[in-house]
Amino acid sequence: MAVSFTIQHLPFNILKVALIKYPAGNVQSVQFALERLGVETILTDDIETLKNAEKIIFPGVGEASTAMQHLKKQKLDVFIPTLTQPVLGICLGMQLMASFSHENNTKTLGIFGQEVLKFSTEISQKVPHVGWNTITNLKGKLFESDFFEKNPQNEQFVYFVHSYYVPVHQESNSITDYGIKFSAGMEKDNFFALQFHPEKSAKVGEEILENFLKIS
Amino acid sequence: MLTKRIIPCLDIKNGQTVKGIHFENLIQAGDPVALAQKYVEQGADELVFLDITATIEQRKTFKELVTTLARHLNIPFTVGGGINSVADVGALLEAGADKISINSSAVRNPDLIDELALHFGSQCVVLAIDTNFVENNWYVYVKGGREKTDLLTLEWAKEAYQRGAGEILLTSMANDGTKKGFACELTAQVSENVPIPVIASGGAGNMAHFEEVFTLGKADAGLAASVFHFGEIFIPDLKQYLKERNIKVRGK
Repeated sequence: MAVSFTIQHLPFNILKVALIKYPAGNVQSVQFALERLGVETILTDDIETLKNAEKIIFPGVGEASTAMQHLKKQKLDVFIPTLTQPVLGICLGMQLMASFSHENNTKTLGIFGQEVLKFSTEISQKVPHVGWNTITNLKGKLFESDFFEKNPQNEQFVYFVHSYYVPVHQESNSITDYGIKFSAGMEKDNFFALQFHPEKSAKVGEEILENFLKIS
Repeated sequence: MLTKRIIPCLDIKNGQTVKGIHFENLIQAGDPVALAQKYVEQGADELVFLDITATIEQRKTFKELVTTLARHLNIPFTVGGGINSVADVGALLEAGADKISINSSAVRNPDLIDELALHFGSQCVVLAIDTNFVENNWYVYVKGGREKTDLLTLEWAKEAYQRGAGEILLTSMANDGTKKGFACELTAQVSENVPIPVIASGGAGNMAHFEEVFTLGKADAGLAASVFHFGEIFIPDLKQYLKERNIKVRGK
């Protein structure tokens, strides 16, 4: 299901943004968010097409072991870590970029060295973590724009829905507090990841997506 | 820190927004896409669209409207009404909904909650409960609030959580349409006993009612319709009001 649009919004009109296709939900929302930014997207699991895309988004909502099974079936588990263009993992996509998930003890892609842990209801009271929370300690390319730099005092709210998290580590590019501090996002070389949903995070999310699209 | 959410609810009938007073006497309140966009601009944290006639008339929900909404909205939204199966939910999520809410169908077939959680994850499964206080207890009602069941609200909420519901949307029929405030005591009871978020609904009449439901009621989110649709409460004012009372809400 490729979605193509009349492009009005410069300078992203020549970009080819590919979304990795695997049965893990919510792809439509990401496509629509990019459509609102005037960007054409391709939804594909074809390795050659992915190789040739200028930007890749790795979305996902769902359960880790099932998602990994799908990726393995399509040989994407080996392929994704070899990508050299900017790649953005969202939500489950971020968690799958870590090395191991405690969700059904699943070995994941290992692009980042961390493990994915489950929130404890003793510390965080309610699990899943659902709703708008702030991101702090912003750094790296996803947050390099006037929007974030000119108003560092502003609280930046983004939308989360998840039960598992990556702890704070050296490659965290943003931090959120839900009883425990965790990585709201991370960055390493050409790999970027966000635990929250930029496609559902109003203006802040749009700004982050635009910043991702600007990365060369 | 996680913020308390303000959620306007748009009841949909034949593609138009309506708000029922005690679920009857439906009044026209506008075009859903325009209204939704207005709420997004005002700082609504989430939106709920309920196809209120779906259960009654056995109509399937409004997939086309869902796609139009998904194209236009940059905040999450839930859709509900007449959802009976895994296939119904799959179609709505594919159309672009972030979450779905089930009500009567889950009471009829509680396994549906388990199946939906398994297929799509708990994060998108909102269990809606219509409840009323009768015979000294809160009972679950179905079919748009017209039929009482023997289920006790707190027990049903706990069961739904155990089966995999990700959030509870709790509507007090005793309060709905009265504008005299939410059912805070019940909301607190559910919120304290079920470790998933609770969205309180029914009874919002002024800004203080939201403060009450977030403090006394321990709600994670407050949902209302007519006070927003008819401009009685302006969302930016409400958020400012809550902020001044040290309730954490999302700024614009």
